[in-house]
Formats: sequence, structure tokens, C-alpha cells
Amino acid sequence: MTEKKIRILVAKPGLDSHDRGAKVVARALRDAGMEVIYTGLRQTPEQIVETVLQEDVDVLGLSILSGAHMTHFPKIMNLMKQKDLKDVLVFAGGIIPEEDIEPLQKLGIREIFGPGTPTETVIDFVKKNVQKSR
Amino acid sequence: MTDQEELDKVIKEQERWEETTVPSWLKRHPERKKKFHNISELPIRRLYTPADTKNISYLRDIGFSGEFPFTRGVHATMYRGRLWTMRQFSGFGTAEQTNKRFKYLLKEGETGLSIAFDYPTIMGYDSDDPMSIGEVGRCGVAIASLKDFETLFDGIPLDKVTTSMTINGPAAMLLAMYIAIGDKQGVPYAVLGGTTQNDLLKEFFAQKLCIFPPRPSVKLVTDIVEFCTSNLPRWNPISVSGYHIREAGSNALQELAFTIYDGISYVEAALERGLEVDEFAPRLSFFFASHNDLFEEIAKFRAARRLWARLMKDRFHARKARSMWMRMHVQTSGCTLTANQPLNNIIRVTIQSLAAILGGTQSLHTNSHDEALCLPSEKAVRIALRIQQIIAHESGVPNTIDPVGGSYYVETLTNQLEEKAMDYIDKIDSMGGVYEAIERGFFQKEIADSAYKYQKEIDGNERTLVSVNKYCIEEPECPIELLRVDPAVEEQQISRLEKLRRERNKTKVKQALNKLHDEADKNSNLMPTIIETVKAYATLGEICSVLRGVYGEYKELIVI
Amino acid sequence: MAVASQIVTSLLQGNQRAVAKAITHVEDGTSEAEKITALLYPHTGKAQVIGITGSGGVGKSTLIEKLVRELRRGGKTVGVIAVDPTSPFSGGAFLGDRIRMQDLSTDEGVFIRSMATRNNPGGLARATMDTVRILDASGKDIILIETVGAGQSEVDIIKIAPTVVVVLAPGFGDAIQTIKAGIMEIGDIFVINKADRESADKAVINIRAMLQLGTQRGKWIPPIVKTTATTGAGVSELLEKIGEHREYLSKGEASQRQRRIVREELEEAIKRKTAEHILTALQKEGELDNLISKLLSKEIDPMSAAEEALNRILTRSKRR
Repeated sequence: MTEKKIRILVAKPGLDSHDRGAKVVARALRDAGMEVIYTGLRQTPEQIVETVLQEDVDVLGLSILSGAHMTHFPKIMNLMKQKDLKDVLVFAGGIIPEEDIEPLQKLGIREIFGPGTPTETVIDFVKKNVQKSR
Repeated sequence: MTDQEELDKVIKEQERWEETTVPSWLKRHPERKKKFHNISELPIRRLYTPADTKNISYLRDIGFSGEFPFTRGVHATMYRGRLWTMRQFSGFGTAEQTNKRFKYLLKEGETGLSIAFDYPTIMGYDSDDPMSIGEVGRCGVAIASLKDFETLFDGIPLDKVTTSMTINGPAAMLLAMYIAIGDKQGVPYAVLGGTTQNDLLKEFFAQKLCIFPPRPSVKLVTDIVEFCTSNLPRWNPISVSGYHIREAGSNALQELAFTIYDGISYVEAALERGLEVDEFAPRLSFFFASHNDLFEEIAKFRAARRLWARLMKDRFHARKARSMWMRMHVQTSGCTLTANQPLNNIIRVTIQSLAAILGGTQSLHTNSHDEALCLPSEKAVRIALRIQQIIAHESGVPNTIDPVGGSYYVETLTNQLEEKAMDYIDKIDSMGGVYEAIERGFFQKEIADSAYKYQKEIDGNERTLVSVNKYCIEEPECPIELLRVDPAVEEQQISRLEKLRRERNKTKVKQALNKLHDEADKNSNLMPTIIETVKAYATLGEICSVLRGVYGEYKELIVI
Repeated sequence: MAVASQIVTSLLQGNQRAVAKAITHVEDGTSEAEKITALLYPHTGKAQVIGITGSGGVGKSTLIEKLVRELRRGGKTVGVIAVDPTSPFSGGAFLGDRIRMQDLSTDEGVFIRSMATRNNPGGLARATMDTVRILDASGKDIILIETVGAGQSEVDIIKIAPTVVVVLAPGFGDAIQTIKAGIMEIGDIFVINKADRESADKAVINIRAMLQLGTQRGKWIPPIVKTTATTGAGVSELLEKIGEHREYLSKGEASQRQRRIVREELEEAIKRKTAEHILTALQKEGELDNLISKLLSKEIDPMSAAEEALNRILTRSKRR
């Protein structure tokens, strides 16, 4: 009757408003049977992390296309650490140059999806990795 | 197009062809797909013939360039006279950096400046607002006050250039700053030329860079229209934009229909204000995207011109021909660019540019091939511009007017798009208009569904995207040179702002902001007060914050 | 017991993380869930619980955001439970009510939780009641519950919330839907949101007329409040009415309502426990598949099958 569902937060830090990708991914994840919480645009790192905590999500998906990822992502990951939310699987999407990927992965962002990633790839990634971290 | 006897013959012959020649061929060579359709989901026939265009009247529906209904173009000689304007949108870092860039462009012979603003400016936040962290000067130039604008236009005489500003929420404030610079330089209002995008409606369901709720937003839009009509005759107060609707995920048909509906709504708002349609309509301009399906896009541009002309004539009873013409700017589609094998994007942009030019645009921005990876580098920007130049000078395309006019396929598509767009317009009318449709999430739902469908087609390999779901390779084919914005830009900008706050006349600022607060809710035109306020060196953030207090702040309606 | 008691101790001190974890346990129906509920049960009953219901698009989330702000100004702590529907096809859900309340997310006196119905009918999730308890025990003064709002029958809110606010908007064609869904009978307070619209006054008259036609419960006459959630107009008046309703309940009807709520819950718990018990037993014995086959071949009807199953379990427990 009641069963465990994957709960996932799709969040958009930064001031840009390119939410096409975030919404398409959110919808695909829902259609894959997950419970998707979407924050809307322009969320501060504090708002995002507090939402992760209150909603007790298994996964956090971040989307940014303004180029400010190296400002916002480290802040988010640090706050996650401070709040002891290390078991949350984090991935990101948007326009992120190749050379930024490694430093972001070192912060604990497990995967970074660029433009043109099929939604299936994101779904598979979430399903596969969320089980591992549980 | 042909006389009745011949037409009957054609129809008969086509039937024969479908029954004899085609089936025997199909046996050996089956078609690639069971059904062909374009992105707008219109079915595409095997072959178009005079039978498809039999209901089109040349004089009524196609006509001559420079004349109603403008299907073939708004200018009589089109590109045989002057080529389209190659307008590349740019702006980055601080006002000083962009000023240097502008001066360089002017020295190279450009006369049209186009300003990209950074996100804090677009959203009406000061550079030192907590919301602005990490975003200052990143995707455009940072403008916090008239002081920055003075730096931006230092040594640039406003009577010698025209300026296009991609700005919406704070359009009134930035236009006020431009006017203030003009005043300082002693340039008469009648000479100031340029464009403010100032299309707020599409923000609520497509671009989502809006500050105030829909009704006060449209009040400010209309204030600008009214102010320009009586004071700035050379200013284009609104660029009604379909680009962002398309980029948010709509198909070509929805882009066409929703953009035209926004245009209708602005005309209605101006009429309600008491303006005469022929006073302001000639200065309205449009902005569309150009996507990958060549013929669908060409037909979209042609249908847009014809539909707008007819609406202006029949719905709004415009009398001047210039009130009925639709001038347009086109930008190639950013969302079609792929991060994999980025050089392929040059080819995509070329096809999209061709569509825009065959569709008769007045100006064109070509995207850089590295935009799916980062902000465009200088080299990529140059290649993008070269695409336009090659089409202009080497392809022969601009040598005649509307070269695809009369194509059975293109004329049929033009007709279909116009008809279906009109269906949408009727539907939105019956909903009670644009505000109701926004509030019900109608546009948002339509766009979200199209975006999802498009992605699912790609995921399911029903639609092929080269380097995304076919012809993929492992290695990046060549290193891309990346543009990085120096993080010091943010610090410099913040310290400039702090200096301004220390040095300006605080009493004057306070008085101006108080007056703005009192005037904001009244029915009178707010432009003169905004000009006074920017001249007192109130910051953009301060002005928007006062207006947020009066008008409220818009929270988007999420529809996925 | 260790996990449950740790979580409960911590949430009783108001720890947000523990609150969030406890909610996940009750939502997923884990083995700890019942222990958690049992442990915190004695600490519940202090919070005022308010249900907010009405069809989609009337502005419930925006109204809640404004209510929370007003309550915070008065120094109250607030919990919000926002329920959205689970898709019957995919089992997934899109939880989007929070968007309108995101500015509150960093306020320590506010806890917002989005919840999918997981196919529970009636406009709420199965775990909603337990979530109310968790928030209550964690020390929130007021708990607001936003129902699904898809226009379906959402009357379950009265089983949880002693005060139910029904939100309507002029011109949304709600009137007919509302009557159909039986929502007129459950409202203690009616709100006409988007009152800045021309037809708002007409809507008030319509609602008043409809209320006069309906059956009255007790002495309380449901007030109608006009609000404009986007600007916050009318929100303090709504809070006053909510206060008055609480006052009214405390004068006598409260215990009656509380009794009804508890009874509903007990019935629900008995149904659930017995059903679970019987189904597990049948499944273990392979009898469930047997009965399904019999149903498919029309040898037996569902009611008789249930009867047979029940008898089988009862006789067996007697034998023991």
C-alpha cells in the first residue's frame, strides 16, 4: 500500500530563467514514477538546502545556465555538508564548461549533464545511484 | 494560378500518378517514415502541386512586396536595395569594458549598438544585492545607476547611433537613463533612435524575467508607448518577441500565434489609453526565432506578416500602410545547438539564417557555435557573423525578392500556419484575453507540452539530432576556446556603486523615490517621474524596490 | 526502538531534520513508522490545525504564504503540509505548491512539507494525519494543510482539521464544481480570493445564497471573507475569523469534533490493520492467488470471496 518512492528536488539557483531543461527533466522523472519537487526560479543556496532538509529528498538536481555555477554550487555543497545532508545524491545540468566539471565533482556533485542529454540517461543515473546511497 | 481546365487536369493526373507510378516505386523503395510532419505537427504531403494552392488568390494573399498584406516583404525592393542589418547582441562586464567594445565597433563602421544587460540589471537588483552574487557583469553589462550609463556612453554621441536594449522589467528605467544621457549631450528627443524590447507579456509564460505582476507591467509598457509616441518619434517602444516563447519549448505555430496575441494585447492597451492606432502602430516591431525546419520557418515569417497586416486592418481599423507592416528581427535558435560536436552548430546556424533571410527579416543575429558550452568567444562570434556575410555576398539568395514565394509547398504551409494561428487567437479571445490565459496557465501548458514532446521524440529516436542520438563520437573533436568573465568585475562594480551611494545628494534621492512611490499608483504616465528619479542618481535596485512595494512582485505559475 | 526513539527525542526538541525524517518514515510506512507515531502521540494535541481546500487555480498556495507571514508576525510557529496528486499511471507526482512559499523556507519558525497522495482518495495523503502529529509534537503552533485541489471530492479534510477554509475564486466556474464535490458542507469559513475582480461581489452573494440552502451544523454560521492573496488584502480578516472559529469550538463543539476526528481515525486504523492482517495471511498461504483465479473464472463473487477469506482467518485464530 504505502511504499518507498524516490523523492527528488529540482532546483534552479542563479538569476537566469532558462527553465526548459529543468522542467523537461522534472516531467520525465515524474513519468518515471518519482515524486518531484520543483522550487521555481532564482533560489538562493540557503533556500535550496533548507528545502532539501525539510522535504527529506533522496536526490537534488541543480540546473543553471547563467554561468554562475562556480559561485553557487560550492556554496550549496558546503551548506549540505554543514547540515549533514551528505547522503543526498546530487547532480547538475546546464551550460557548464568541461574544465569546471572535475572541481564540481570533487565537491560531491556526482554527475553533470550538458545540453542534449536524453532524459533516459538522467532517469537511469538517478535510479542506479540512489539505490547505492541508500 | 492556372486556369480551371488545367487545374482539373492536374488534379486528375496527380490521382493517376498516386495510383500507378508511386505504388510501383514504393514496392522497391519504401518511404523512410509512415508519416511526415513538421515541428508544428502539420502533416507534410508527398508532393505539393497547384491543387494544394487552388484556393490561394495571388492578389489577395500574396501580392507585392512593400504592399498589403506584406506576405512577400515589408520593403518594395527588399535586399536588392539594402541588405538586412547584421545585428549581433553583445555586452559584458563593467560599463567601461562595454564602452570600449562599443567604440571599437563604431570605429569598424557599425552604427547600431545592441546592449545585453546582466541578470541583476534585468531583474532590477543592484549589483551588491544578495541576489546578485556571482551574476554581476556575467551575461551582459552591469548597470546599477545613471552613473554606469554615463560611463557606458562616454564619448558616444547619441545623435550618431541607434541603440537596441534587450530589457523588459526595468525598460522604463533604462530608457529614462538613455534620455538623461541625451539631455546631457544636448541631443533633442526627436533624434534619439533605438529599440527597447519592453515585451512583458511573454515574460510571464516564456522567459520569466519579470519583476511586477502582469497588469502593472503592461501599464509601464503602455507608459513607454505613450511617451515615445509624443516625444521620441524614432524610438521603437516594443519589440514583440516570439523568440523566448520558442526557446522555452513552443513549436513554430505556437510561437507565431502567441507572439501575435501579445501584439494584439499591447495595441488594445494603447487604445484603452486613448492613443490612435495609426499614431503608435507603425513603431511596433517583432522578434522571432529561426529553428531547423527550413520551410516551416520561412512560412512562419511570411504568415506572421500577412496575419499581422490583416489583424491591424480588420480588427483595429488601421488606415496607414505602415501600421499594418510587420518589421522583424530574427535570431537563430539557441536551444537547437548541441554541446556534442559543437562545430556542427555552424551548419545549423547557417540553415536557420537562410530561413530568416528567405523569410524576409529586417535584421538577424546569428548564434555562436560554442553557446551550448559557454558564453561565446570572440572567434565564435566572428564565425557567426561570417555566416550572414557569406549568405549576403556569395549565395545569391538576396538577389530577388521572396525567392520561395509561389512554391506550392511554402504557400500551402504559409496558409496553414496563418489559419491555425488564427484558431489560437480565437481561442484566447474566448478565454477572455491574455491575462486570463496567463492566469490559467494556458500558454505555459501549451509550451511545456510541446517541449516535452520534442524531447521525447529525440529520446525515442523518432527525431534525429546529429551528434545527440545519431552519429555520436566519444572524443570532443576540437578544443573550444572559452570566454571567462573575470570575477574582479563584480568587486569593481560593487565599489563603484558604494562610491555613488556616498557621493550623491541623499536628500534629492529620497525626495525622488518618495515622489515615485506616490505617483506609481496613479493613472498618469510614470515616465517623467522615472526620468527625474534616475537623474537624481537613485539606483535601479532602489527604483524597482519602490515599485515592487506598490505593484507587488510576480511569482511564476508553474506548469510542467 | 532505537531509531524511532532517537528521532522522536530529537523532534520533540524541534530538530527540523528529525521532523523531516519522521515524516518520511510515516509516508513510506516503514517498520519504524508505527513506533514513531506511538511515541509522540502523548505530545500531540496542542497545535491548531486548519485545512485549506478549493479547486486548482483559486490561489490556495499564495493565500497560505500570506497567512504564514501574518502568523509569523504574530510570533506563531507554523507547519505547512501541501498535498498534490500522484499520477495513477506512472505513480510519480509533481509537487509544485511549495514554489509560492519558497521565501519562507529559510525561516526557522516555518516547516513546509510537500506530499503526494500516493493514490489515497479524498484529497489527502494517507500519512497526512501522522504528519500533522509530527509537526504538532515538534512544537508548531499552527498547522496548515493544503488539499490537492483538483476539483475532486476532497471532504477528507474534515477528518483531520477542526477548522476548514474553503477557497473559491470568482469566474473560475467553481460554483457548480463545489456543490458537486460536497465542499459547501465542509467549510467553516469561505474565502472569495481574487477579490479585486469585478465579479467578486456576485460570487459572495451566490455563496451566501447557497449556504442558506444547505444544512447548518451547530450554531456557527460560516462567514465569507474576501481576499486578494497576491497583495495580502483580507488576510488578517481571515485570520480573525479563524480565531473566532477556534473560540466557538472551544465553547463546546471542540470536544465533539475531536471525538469525531478520533473515531474516524480509529475506524480507519482498524480497517487498515485487519485488511493488512488478512491479506498477508492469505498471501502466505497462497490462498490469495487461489481466490483471484476463482474470481476470474466467475466461480465466486468478490463479496463471497471476502467472506470466505475472513472465515478462514477467524476459524484459524479460534483454533489457536
